[in-house]
Order: sequence, then C-alpha cells, then structure tokens
Amino acid sequence: MQAEKTMTPTHLPEVVEPRNPGLPLDMDWVRAVQANTSAIERRAGTIAARRSVKKDYQAAWLLKAITMIDLTTLAGDDTENRVRRLCAKAKHPVRGDLLAALGVEDITTGAVCVYHDMIPAAVDALKGTGIPVAAVSTGFPAGLSPYHLRVAEIGESVKAGAREIDIVISRRHVLTGNWQALYDEMREFRAACGEAHVKAILATGELGTLRNVARASLVCMMAGADFIKTSTGKESVNATLPVTLTMIRAIRDFFERTGYRVGYKPAGGISKAKDALTYLALIKEELGDNWLSPHLFRFGASSLLGDIERQLEHHVTGHYSAGYRHGMG
Amino acid sequence: MTIKEIFDTMDYGTAPESAKEVEAWLDDHDRAFGLFIGGTWTKPNETFATRNPATGQDLAQITQAGGDDVDAAVRAARKAQSGWAKQSGHARARVLYAIARLVQKHARLFAVLETLDNGKPIRESRDIDIPLVARHFYYHAGMAQLQDAELSDREALGVAGQIIPWNFPLLMLAWKVAPAIAMGNTVVLKPAEYTSLTALLFAQICEEAGVPAGVVNIITGDGQTGAAITAHEDIDKIAFTGSTEVGRIIRQTTAGTGKTLTLELGGKSPYIVFDDADLDSAVEGLVDAIWFNQGQVCCAGSRLLVHEPVAERFYAKLKSRMAKLRVGDPMDKSIDVGALVDPVQLETVSSMVESGAEDGEVYQAPATLPDQGCFYPPTLITGMAPAARLMQEEIFGPVLVSTTFRTPSEAVELANNTRYGLAATLWTENVNLALDVAPKLVSGVVWVNGTNMFDAAAGFGGVRESGFGREGGWEGLLAYTKPRTKLSTLKPIAAYPAPKDAKVDALDRTAKLYVGGKQARPDGGYSAPVWSRSGKLLGHTSLANRKDVRNAVEAAAGAAAWSSTTGHLRAQILYYLGENLSARAGEFAQRIDDLTGGKSGTKEVERSVDRLFTYAAWADKYDGAAKPVPMRGVALAMNEPVGVIGAFCPDEYPLLGLISLVAPAIAMGNRVVAVASEPFPLAATDFYQVLETSDVPGGVINILTGSHTELAPTLAGHLNLDAVWAQSGADISALVEYESAGNLKRTWVNNAKSRDWMGPEGEGREFLAHATEVKTVWVPYGE
Repeated sequence: MQAEKTMTPTHLPEVVEPRNPGLPLDMDWVRAVQANTSAIERRAGTIAARRSVKKDYQAAWLLKAITMIDLTTLAGDDTENRVRRLCAKAKHPVRGDLLAALGVEDITTGAVCVYHDMIPAAVDALKGTGIPVAAVSTGFPAGLSPYHLRVAEIGESVKAGAREIDIVISRRHVLTGNWQALYDEMREFRAACGEAHVKAILATGELGTLRNVARASLVCMMAGADFIKTSTGKESVNATLPVTLTMIRAIRDFFERTGYRVGYKPAGGISKAKDALTYLALIKEELGDNWLSPHLFRFGASSLLGDIERQLEHHVTGHYSAGYRHGMG
Repeated sequence: MTIKEIFDTMDYGTAPESAKEVEAWLDDHDRAFGLFIGGTWTKPNETFATRNPATGQDLAQITQAGGDDVDAAVRAARKAQSGWAKQSGHARARVLYAIARLVQKHARLFAVLETLDNGKPIRESRDIDIPLVARHFYYHAGMAQLQDAELSDREALGVAGQIIPWNFPLLMLAWKVAPAIAMGNTVVLKPAEYTSLTALLFAQICEEAGVPAGVVNIITGDGQTGAAITAHEDIDKIAFTGSTEVGRIIRQTTAGTGKTLTLELGGKSPYIVFDDADLDSAVEGLVDAIWFNQGQVCCAGSRLLVHEPVAERFYAKLKSRMAKLRVGDPMDKSIDVGALVDPVQLETVSSMVESGAEDGEVYQAPATLPDQGCFYPPTLITGMAPAARLMQEEIFGPVLVSTTFRTPSEAVELANNTRYGLAATLWTENVNLALDVAPKLVSGVVWVNGTNMFDAAAGFGGVRESGFGREGGWEGLLAYTKPRTKLSTLKPIAAYPAPKDAKVDALDRTAKLYVGGKQARPDGGYSAPVWSRSGKLLGHTSLANRKDVRNAVEAAAGAAAWSSTTGHLRAQILYYLGENLSARAGEFAQRIDDLTGGKSGTKEVERSVDRLFTYAAWADKYDGAAKPVPMRGVALAMNEPVGVIGAFCPDEYPLLGLISLVAPAIAMGNRVVAVASEPFPLAATDFYQVLETSDVPGGVINILTGSHTELAPTLAGHLNLDAVWAQSGADISALVEYESAGNLKRTWVNNAKSRDWMGPEGEGREFLAHATEVKTVWVPYGE
C-alpha cells in the first residue's frame, strides 16, 4: 500500500502518530467481515469481572479517563456563555486540592465538543490551553441536509477554528449496502477537513446489526477516518460494550493490515466512573496500551466527569462525596 | 508506584479478594475435619494436609477414611434410603430448594474456599462454579417436585457411591448429589483428596437445610477410600468423574456386581474454526476453552483444528490474545489463569509438553509467573500431526495443540480421530455448515460458536472412552432411577440332547451365519445338530468363533450409512419386516414349537410382528428436545444411535427374543451383531431369509449362532463395538461388563434376571434409551 504519512502533532506534544491516509475501498475485505453477536456479547459481558482496577490504580485510571473526555454540549439552548462555562471546566476538570492530594499536576479534558455556531466562543475560551475544539458537523445528528451543504459545513467549522470534526455518516448507505457511496462520502468529508482530524459517527444504534457496524467501521477507516465514533448521543441506543468490541476489533484488524492506528470514541450513555474503567480495560485488552491516550481514545460524555470527581474525592478522603462539592461545567 | 506513575503506565495493579471469612471458618474448625456420616461429624483421625496450590501453604487437616468409615457411611445411607424415597417429591423438593438458597447465601464463602483449595481464579469460582451449583439444586428441586407425576414408572436406585474430581470440586458434587437425592437415593460422596474443603462446607449446609441424617454422607480420603466405595457390596450405584484410567478400573471391579455405573472421564475435545468464522470471537472462545480453570477441564477444547485459508491469521490473533492473559494469584480478581491443583499436576503437564514439543512449534505466553506455586504459562503448539502423542493424549493443563484442515469433511475426520468423545466446538457463521457438522462429531456435547457452556437443564456426558451416562436434564435422571420392571430369576435352558435313536429328515439343512447381508459359513468349519424335544433332528447350526465375530463387527461398522438414514425410511423397513414375517407366520410358529417343544409358537410370532410394528412406529417418534437453557439460544438434545451394538439374545424366545433386541436397535439407527438364542438358534437363522426380502441393507443386522459364553469375551472386548447387550440365558453379565472396559463400551446386562418378553416390559422406552445417546448441541444465536 502506498500512502503518504503525514505527521500531525496532536495537542499532546509528546505523542506523534502518523495519520491514517485511507486506502482504496477493498470490498473483499468488507464482505469477509464477520461479527458473531452472541460471542461478542459474552466477551463484553465478562470484561468488567475479568479486570477490576482498585485503589491508587483506580484513581490513576480515572484521571486518565478525564483526559480522554470530549466534554460536550449539543443542546438547542446552548449560548456562548454556557459554552465558556463548559470550557472553564475543561481547563480545570478536578478541584486543585484533590489533584494535589493525588500527586498529579493539572490535567484537562481531551476536547470540548460543540455545534458549529459555538466554535468561536469555545476557541476563544480555550485559547492558550492546547485543548482542541471539536465540532459536530454534516447536518448532525441525522445527516440528511443537502450534501453540498454538509461538505461546506465542515469547511466553515475548520475555518472557524475547530481542530476536530465529528461527522455523521449516511446511515442509509449502510442499510442499503451501498458501501461505495459510504466510502465516497467519507473520503470527501475527510478531504474537506484538511488538517483537522475527522471522527466518523456511525450512529450504531441505527445500523441494525453488529455486522453492519463492523463493515461501516472498516469502510470509514478505508476512506481515511482518524477516529470512528459510535453515536450522536441522539439515537435511542448509544454506546454499548458489544458495539465497542465490534468497532475496536475492526480498528485492530485495520492496524494489523495497514499499520495505521485509528482512534475510537464511544459516545452517549457513559455516565459512571465504573463504566469508564470497564471501557478502558476493554481498550487495553483488545487494542493495547497505545490506545490508552487521548489521541486515540475519547469518551463523548457530559455527565461522566461529575461521577469521576466524586469517586476521586472518595479516594482521597475515604468518604463518599456529593455533586455540589465540585464546580459545575 | 505513585498515582502519577500509574497514570503514565496504565497498569492494572492487584485486586485481591479477602480470605478473612474463610480463614475464620477454618479456624472455627481448628483446621481439622472429620467425616460427615449419618448426620454427625466424626473426630478427625489419621489425617493428611490439604494445601493451597498457589502458595503451598497447608489449609487444614483432612481425615483419611478407612474401610470401617466407608462401611459406616454406607450403613447410614442404607438406613436413611427407604424413608427418604418414601417422602413425597414435594418434601424432597423443599430440602433441595433449601440447599440451593443456602449455597447462594454462602456463595462468597464457598467461592473463596474453592479458590484457596483448588487454585482456580476467584472470578471463575465466584461467577461460574458456585452459581452453577445453586442452579443445579434449584433445577433438581423441580425434578423432585415433578417426580411423582412425571416419573411414576421409575424409582430410586438406592445407595449411590459418588467419587468426584478436583477440577470443579463443589460443582461436580452438585452434579452428583442433586439428581441423586432428588430422586430418593442416598449418597456416600468422596471428594478428591486435593480439594475436599468445599464438600465439607457443603455437609455443614446440609445440616442447615434439613437434609435428614444419612441422606448425604461425605467421606474424605485418597484413591484407597474410593476403591473401598466402588468395592462395597451394599452400594447400588457408582458415579465417577475422573480419569479414563481409573474409570476403566472401576468398570472392571464393579463388573457383575449388579451396580449401575455412570462414568464421566477424560477428553481431547476438538475445537474447529472454519474460514467464515468470526475469528476474533473464536480466539476469545479458546480462552474459555483451554485457559478456563488452567485447562484442567475434562471437556476443554484442547485440540484446535483450523481451516487452512485462515490458519496463519488465526494463529497470529491467538498469540496476541495469549500475550494478554494474566497468570498469577488466583485470589486476584483480575487474574485469568490461576494455579494448577498440585505440584504433581504441574510436573505432569511440564514433562508432557517437554517430551511432546518436538512434534510441533511451541509458543508460550510471555506471562510473568509468580516465583512459587503451581503455575504454568498458557501454551500453544502448532503444526501437530494427528499421529503426534500430544494430539491424542489428554494433557489436562493450559496447553493447546493444533493442526489445520482443508475441507469440512476432513475437519470431521480429524475431530473424530480420537478415543475420546466428550465435547466438541465449532465456529462458523454458516448455519448450514454448523448444523451439518454438529451431528457428525462423535461427542456427547457440541458447542456452536461458543464453548464450555453448561446448564442443569442440558445433558452433559460423553461417548467412547469419555464415559457414559448424562448429567443434567431429564436424561440425567436415568442415572439415578431404574424402571419398575418386574424381573424374575433367570432359569437356564439347555438345548435338547441328542436322542439315542435319531430321527433324521431326508433333506439336510444347515443354517449358516448371516454377515454383511450374506449367508456365511462359520470360519472354524464347525456345526452342531439341533434336536427337538422328541429327538427329531431339526437341522444344524453353525458354531461361530472369534473370526466370525470380527467379520460381523466389520460388516456392521461398514454399514454406517444406516445411522444417517431417516426415521421414516427405517420405519418403512421395519413395517416391511413385519409384513414379510406375518406372511410366513405359520412356518415360523411351527419352527418355534419344534425348537422349544411348546405350543406358543403362533403367539410368539404374532408378538414378534407386533413388536416390529412398535419399533417401526418409534423409528420416527423418539423425539429429542429443545432445552430451555438460560441464554439467548437453544440447546438441542438429539437422540443419536449408539453405533454398533452386540446383542446376546434371550434363550427362551427364539424369535421374539431376537426381535426384541434387534428392532429397537435398528429403529434408532444402530447396526447390530446379534447372537441368537443358544439352545434354539434356528428361528433366528430362518429370520435372515425375511431380512433378505425386506430391503434391510447388508451389515445392518448380522446374526451369529453358537456358544454365548465362548463368543462373549471376543464381542464384549471388541474395540470397534460401541455397546453390548447381554440378555442371554448364559451367565455372561460379569464377563461382558469386565471385557467392556477396553473401550468403555456401553453395557446392558441382565445379571441373571429375566423379564416378561411377551408383555409390555419386553419393549418400549427402556429399550430405546439403551439404543441411543443424547447429544446436546448448543446454538447461541442473535444478529
């Protein structure tokens, strides 16, 4: 495979990863994909019991989880001030006294994720922090606005300062088996992103089967996705462990065959610290430690951080915490 | 490590389970245990240490039960048995229900104790062993409840001696004790000497659950104690789970004692991966197959067969998965592979791998092993030929051996190239392939796209040298009940002697043997005259010898296609046999009367025709079952033919005796080598003319004549025969059971008892059950 290897620094300067350039659509590979639902559910169902992370280790893992959160607001009533408030939380996600007690320097969340119109406010609020702004795009969440406008929306968002673009795929291409159309769309979205990283939202809750999830994951990676992401958060079923297992195994397969690491972002429904630990364990087991880093793994979540903060305070004090003891986002 | 450092390395750390409660329990008992006999505890006496294999530390002292203790336990069990059996099913159900509840209430205590004593990861004892134990008692509480209504034609066996292994100590106890006491038996159970502690805690639970004194007796000790149990005269049934080697000895020592026997023995279970499988899931399945319980699982998927197109990719994926396995302290909740049960076992596994490794390429997981304790790294040996020793012998450790195959039929051939037949796993996304291959695999259990799935509702057990009998489900109750058939003492019948003045017909008739669809002269060239009561020469009968047995078994083995014919076709042929026999009824009736010197020939022929119709009717109606196992999927219980059955026919009914054994056997798809009534052989040899006109394929029914006593050792000892039924008038029950140990073929012997062959007890479900093996095929589904 001939591919240009663009070296793109992410917001964490110590990590440099060649960006997935994509490859021609390989339908043999897509058609050969298998996903046995029962077996996948069994594996997903036992991971929490197989890997239990306790005490200092748990605290460290939860801090790591914070650095992987795309702190998100995607509401119709978002205002610039609301977004600024969220950005302030992204910059200081954990109370300073707790961090000091844990012996850890300041950390930030992975990114802040907003709608297009909120990008300038977020960019301004995060100036100088290195925290990237991610924008949902391409007619989020349904992805059914005119195609040229969806492509143009990406360009506008990049121009406005978004360094990460979360696009939604056309679910109908998956459901009708039109993999070429899915590939072409993704390819064009990627091109429109330029230097900005592109996360492909598959809306797995609407794809019908895990086999479709696996195939769509693969096609999007072939078309150059930097990340694949489960959900918009607006479907009735969002991130689940079986879907996660299916998608990260596709990522692993893609890496084994091409040498490119694609990132993964589960979004929607992950609100407990314990769930975050389970996700991280699954990533560690199936993809390896390379992926336990914000440039290859993100949580799309809005309430997860609050639960993690409470758990960290419990770790430090030995007492169960309360939500109001931590500054809100 | 500081939190900052962990933040960077993202290591797991440890997640130890506390042993505090178990230590307290052990201390409460002064770390020394007696025996639980007749509801009371004996004082610890002549003890040995039980150790934690992960640390080598002594946990407690266990009593070595001697012959007197075994006697006392059996006496207690005997004393309690009739009263226990007379209780209503509901009363027994309440006791089993109480046990199930108590197991759940003390679940963690059991789990931690099991892990300390056995070395298995706490996750497994907590999430798999103990929940299955509770499930087993719940399920069988239900069986006790339903017994009066649903099993009124069967009754308890009496006192059961149960000997269980060390790999699933409490779970195997549950599999043995629950069905036994549910059905009204009482038990004397001996746990393995490495792992007695959970059985002793269970005894304590029995006291709390209101189990009457003597119903459950737990005695500890080594193989000598086990031998004393199997040899005990007042035990009605032996149930053993353990090695094939010991199983064989038990088969021999119990031969002819009248004890019923179920054996759940070793395995070398194939794990087949087809090229269209979900490879990642199939790799994960192997973790459950061979690295579950350190591979110390009788049904472990220990023989990996991979489709050539995906073999290299599969091995690569498997190796990277192996690198993620965490080996270490079994009390750590995040450990995948714990300690082997004992240094002896560690030594066995190590030396087997050392000596057999040269036959393939060895890959061992780069796991860090603890400095002390019985740990062995997960191991994969690829490139093995079926002839390699490690492809045939059970290792009973975390060692997977592997080869590749080209086609589905080659996969089946390789899978079945073993003396064992416990379980098999296959992975494919093609439902046609899965449902075609599953019935072809010679094993008691088949898992499709999953592995090591167990449930109380689904039968578990083996074929071939993996043993016989099923545990779980309705079929499992057959092992702890017997039909209420009225049996009488068998009266030997001698052939009529040669008269002083022989009355000889002009035309000589010599009945030959019937082998492979052809009449065959006896290999030895000997015949014997058959005289009527009045001294008339009825003809000559061939005297078969060991070579004729060999030829007959070979012919029967070659007629394997019969086993895959439809029930409908077999029914047609059985009806046709009945029709053709009916057409010659007069001739057969006369022959029977001539042979027996009686007058019941007409009736016997009528009954024979009737019986052929009965089994023609059954041929397509002995249904399997879809078991309601607790998962999204189905466990199919399929009644499969046993294979080739050797049948020594009853003497007293020359025709009906033959048909009563042959008809159920072939109706279920078996092939038969029948040895005709010894004193009255000529009705059976006449019958081959009926066979020839009734479209019975050659080799499906083979008929030998001659001395039962002389033929029994060869037939019962034949290693390509799957079962022997000895309903003979000759005293061969002990011999047949003893000789059957060679390949652990199924036996059904009369122990010198006779049944009413003319009546309803001469046919029916009891016969069909002996003619079939239940195969459980697990098919999880979902897209």
